[in-house]
Amino acid sequence: MRFIAARDDRRPIGAFFTRYAGVWLWLLPLLFLGLFFFYPLGAVFHLAINWAFTQGWSVDVWEQVAHPLLFTVWQALLSTLLTLVLGLPAAYVLARYTFPGKTVLQVLTTLPFILPTIVVAVAFNALLGPRGVINVLLMQAFNLANPPLQVMNTLGLILLAHVFYNTTIVIRIVGSAWSQLDQRLEQAARVLGASSTKVAWEVTLPLLRPSILAASLLVFLFDFTSFGVILLLGGPHFATLEVEIYTQALQMLNLPLAGLLSAIQLLCTLLLTVVYARLGDKQPIPLIPRLQGEGTRPPRGWRQKLLVAGMAAVLLALLVSPLAALALRSVTRLDANRGERGPVIPGLTLDYYRQLFINQQDSIFYVPPVQAARNSLAYALATTGLSLSMGFLAVYAMRTRSRRWMEALFMLPLGASAVTLGLGFILVFNRPPLDVRSFPWLVPVAHSLVALPFVVRTLQPVLLSIPGSLRQAAAVLGASPWRVWLEVDLPVMLRAVLVSAILSFTISLGEFGATSFLARPEYPTLPIAIFRFLSLPGALNYGQALAMATVLMAVCGISILIMDKMSV
Amino acid sequence: MLEVGDIYKNYAGKPLLQGVSFGVGEGETVCLLGPSGSGKSTLLRIIAGLELPEAGKILWDGKDMASIPVHRRNFGLMFQDYALLPHRSVAENVAFGLRMQALTRAEIQARVAESLEKVHMAAFAPRRVTDLSGGEQQRVALARALAPRPRLLMLDEPLGALDRTLREQLIEELHRLLQTTGIPAIYVTHDQEEAFALADRLVMLHDGRVEQVGSPAEVYGRPASAWAARFLGFNNLIAGSVAALDPLRVNTAIGTFQPAEMPIPIPALGSPVTLLIRPTGVKLAGNDHQVNQVSGVVEDALFQGDRFRIGLGCTLAVSLQFYLPEPLIPGQNAVLVIEASSIVCLE
Amino acid sequence: MRISRLITIFLAAALLIGACAAPAAPSVAPTQTALPTPSGPVTLTVMTHDSFAASKEVIAAFEQQNNAKLSFLKSGDAGAALNRAILSKDSPLADVFYGVDNTFLSRALDSDIYEPYASPLLSSIPAEFKLDPQNRALPVDFGDVCINYDKAFFAQKNLPIPQTLEDLAKPEYHSMLVTENPATSSTGLVFLLATIAHFGQNGYLDYWKTLRDNGLVVVDGWEAAYYTNFSGSSGKGAQPLVVSYNSSPAAEVVYATTPIAEPPIGSILGKDTCFRQIEFVGILKGTQHLALAEKFVDFMLGVKFQEDMPLQMFVYPTNTQAKLPDVFTKFAQLPAQPAILDPAVIAKNRDAWIKAWSEVVLK
Repeated sequence: MRFIAARDDRRPIGAFFTRYAGVWLWLLPLLFLGLFFFYPLGAVFHLAINWAFTQGWSVDVWEQVAHPLLFTVWQALLSTLLTLVLGLPAAYVLARYTFPGKTVLQVLTTLPFILPTIVVAVAFNALLGPRGVINVLLMQAFNLANPPLQVMNTLGLILLAHVFYNTTIVIRIVGSAWSQLDQRLEQAARVLGASSTKVAWEVTLPLLRPSILAASLLVFLFDFTSFGVILLLGGPHFATLEVEIYTQALQMLNLPLAGLLSAIQLLCTLLLTVVYARLGDKQPIPLIPRLQGEGTRPPRGWRQKLLVAGMAAVLLALLVSPLAALALRSVTRLDANRGERGPVIPGLTLDYYRQLFINQQDSIFYVPPVQAARNSLAYALATTGLSLSMGFLAVYAMRTRSRRWMEALFMLPLGASAVTLGLGFILVFNRPPLDVRSFPWLVPVAHSLVALPFVVRTLQPVLLSIPGSLRQAAAVLGASPWRVWLEVDLPVMLRAVLVSAILSFTISLGEFGATSFLARPEYPTLPIAIFRFLSLPGALNYGQALAMATVLMAVCGISILIMDKMSV
Repeated sequence: MLEVGDIYKNYAGKPLLQGVSFGVGEGETVCLLGPSGSGKSTLLRIIAGLELPEAGKILWDGKDMASIPVHRRNFGLMFQDYALLPHRSVAENVAFGLRMQALTRAEIQARVAESLEKVHMAAFAPRRVTDLSGGEQQRVALARALAPRPRLLMLDEPLGALDRTLREQLIEELHRLLQTTGIPAIYVTHDQEEAFALADRLVMLHDGRVEQVGSPAEVYGRPASAWAARFLGFNNLIAGSVAALDPLRVNTAIGTFQPAEMPIPIPALGSPVTLLIRPTGVKLAGNDHQVNQVSGVVEDALFQGDRFRIGLGCTLAVSLQFYLPEPLIPGQNAVLVIEASSIVCLE
Repeated sequence: MRISRLITIFLAAALLIGACAAPAAPSVAPTQTALPTPSGPVTLTVMTHDSFAASKEVIAAFEQQNNAKLSFLKSGDAGAALNRAILSKDSPLADVFYGVDNTFLSRALDSDIYEPYASPLLSSIPAEFKLDPQNRALPVDFGDVCINYDKAFFAQKNLPIPQTLEDLAKPEYHSMLVTENPATSSTGLVFLLATIAHFGQNGYLDYWKTLRDNGLVVVDGWEAAYYTNFSGSSGKGAQPLVVSYNSSPAAEVVYATTPIAEPPIGSILGKDTCFRQIEFVGILKGTQHLALAEKFVDFMLGVKFQEDMPLQMFVYPTNTQAKLPDVFTKFAQLPAQPAILDPAVIAKNRDAWIKAWSEVVLK
């Protein structure tokens, strides 16, 4: 690794190796991206273009494409709007006021971002489903025969889950910007005679506009590519592009149409990512919003107190109740197991957790669900190693070469949906040696691609913050290039490395979209197992799904806490 | 010892150093003096091996250093921004170079203590470097550079970020340290006071070339060119032409002057030269006409503690400055006579 | 910018390679007979749908007899499992695939995933079940997809039990029927075929429209429909009518916790309300254990397994030598006039029918 401008490299043969060490620095991650990201995507595009040219654009095809596309845009728009409606006041409260329990709330608001979609879907099922906490309570309270709240498989539930997921983004982006606003601008406006609403409209909002725009774009992008939530909470009636790709590929076996939809999906998300990168992406987004600008103060007067308390209550209700319901339902027995025709004794039980270790049907057929946990763990560790090494090489490569477009390159997997990636993988990696059966690393590779942008985004600013003189000083003092890296770079980057490792780990644990295409039936991951168990009838299966989801939620929660300690 | 041979270096496509050569002898402190952006720091980095020149050689004891990588040259470099490892303590920072040399733990400890003692920072050994003030950090950086006993010490504008009193104090300490350790050193600065205080020899850089080499006294006494004189802070520079050679007489716009010494090389008759008139060595002229007189209107008279700085406007274009023990009244005409030794003929 | 140009070219090349790579012709790994290792049993992987069941003793007998270990991969409902097998056919995930039925047969055969095998036991199977003359897919069992009803519910509500398909659309049965998505469930697809056989290709969509307007509930698979939504089973769901099998009443008797004389549910057996479903087994191309796979197919078609099937999976054996248990003869009735569709017609139109159904019912 040489930190000298390579243009000047006229060293004699002795340094030949070190000169070309710089070459494989960027070659390896680029090869990785080329083989595992661009090549499968190319196959997807080939499929789509092939079909478009042979089948032509009949009205039929147009309808098959337009329908999911329009719905995707529609639900993403609605979700974004609703998220803003909740998120903006929340950002305001968190940015401007201090109150007891604020730090807890701040950490809580980060939790949804790192929760896997499957956990969120199961949690909402446990809260609002026909056998969910609210319905059961209502049925018991009012002695009803049928669950009164029929929100499963409705658009409203999808929107609610999206708001749950994405409010945190608005809080983080807009909240950070808000807390850093110079309050004297607003004060000057008031001195000049503007009322509060005028101040908000003419001063605050224009200043916040870039961050609001950035947050809205990001939320829209995430809602646009939402998969698990739509699949599990929307049911067969709602099909976004992602879900339609999944359906067409795996159920209807209509790969060309799936390819066409994927191509359109890719173009849309690429466009969105580019717009977002242009517009919003200037500052590093803190993982946990530490909104302690100098302008924060405790609420005064009953109006402000009401606002703060109300906001906190709403946030808590939205963020905590599904997760609490999930945990609660996983230890409650209310219904019969599949095929269990005798009477059921309702009550608290750890049975569903115990069952995770037992093979359900006499050990001929299933593996015990805990095996799925072991598989997930193995995949997650592999993903962490792979994405960290690729990410490391990438950020070092970006230091010396033209940085901007390389950065854009490694951010691209963020825009490509996991489902499209899965489709691409099964299109090109279906023969030995790189197929699902012979290449067990296929799943971690897919996970690494999803995690890579986050790793790069975490490591890069830290690496850039190391002053060049530090490395030069170490070299002059006698440290060989390897030693320099060990003594200077590594200690500074250690925290960032740990945060990236945890991020990759949790992303891999919860990845669902691509894995549903790639996982072998006998090596399921936790999300796949949860999905399967959810589709099986009976309380035992449902309970096990809940138990696994609770475990996954707990692991993610612990990760957040650890990352919180690391980031600050 | 160190021989810098004809170094050429480009920066951003434009030439920065254009054939710089000088040497550093045993126990000698050489100061690289020049304005900002003249390539002094780059030259240091080239010597250290951190950058490569387009052409030229760096020789140590006659041996070409081109094949020796940075970490094996055993030179010391003190950076402008100190470049201390932030996550380490003072002692660990100082020990860094020693660890690279694979000394035993005991040796390292002893040397660290010795180094810190030299810079009067022994008590700070366990402290985090981020807790230290600028001057303290500078000392630690110096100790760190000295600890591995480098065969050459290079200092890159080390006092640039410090305030005046601290700087003067550190200059003194540095001077003493360099004398006692006897390490050959290259000191880079744009401040000529530092250069004069520390250097055994001065190398002035201008436009990528060596303008003048000499001891501080030599350089001060005889700047090689008008540019050098201006850089050293001399204001009274007048263009003129050689009127006679023996004795040397120069015609200028404000009169004819007779410098005390003949410049080397001897200028041709009628060739253009620049006269440097030192601000000291003047007094009010008497009534008799003498050589080396200037007359003009007193523009201002600034009190400077032990003397007055008088600005004399000789013509519309030329203003000279002199130091006199007593003030003159601004607005009045004055005639001053200058000692011959205060007049120097430059190229 | 030299390097960045290089990189751009490289990535564009990768994209182009992926785009230009023609869909790979299936590379058939030569089927070899694996030499039986003297030590350690050989593992035979059997991919099935989720409803596969067999008693331990029967399986163990096969394993011991052949020094083998059977590993069953349950891969979702029949459609999902088949799609999995097709998508991985260049590197098959199993040796044998069981669970394709007569509705998906053409898709399986067209994808060329099977290795033909003329089992000697085929002689005991009537011709009506042997839908593949090349013996790539061999018939194992059959059953009739019929509507089950919850007797107690209808008695309590004092409602007459619907007898025909048209009855199901009547307003008094609003929100009472749950069916499966034919895209994901073979049961649902079979029922869809029954409606097409009855109403014709031009009329069935209107029928489904009326069903949809009548509060039809659609779920992904039979397991969910029967065990979660059906009120007559353990799930105690909301729908008293479910698209299920004519053998389900027998199953309810078998699994009752206290002995009962009559099943709590019944099957609607009116004209064209049921449709015969035949399930097939086949050896997957590319298997490394051809001989053992053939033995397993023989085993599935053999009397021992065929007689075990009814009480495990509640299907009828195709082998005429196999005897039916009493429970079946007493409580499971075969319909007199099942709906019939030409397999060739099914093969040609199945995908279009599913698509049209999705458009009408789901959107």
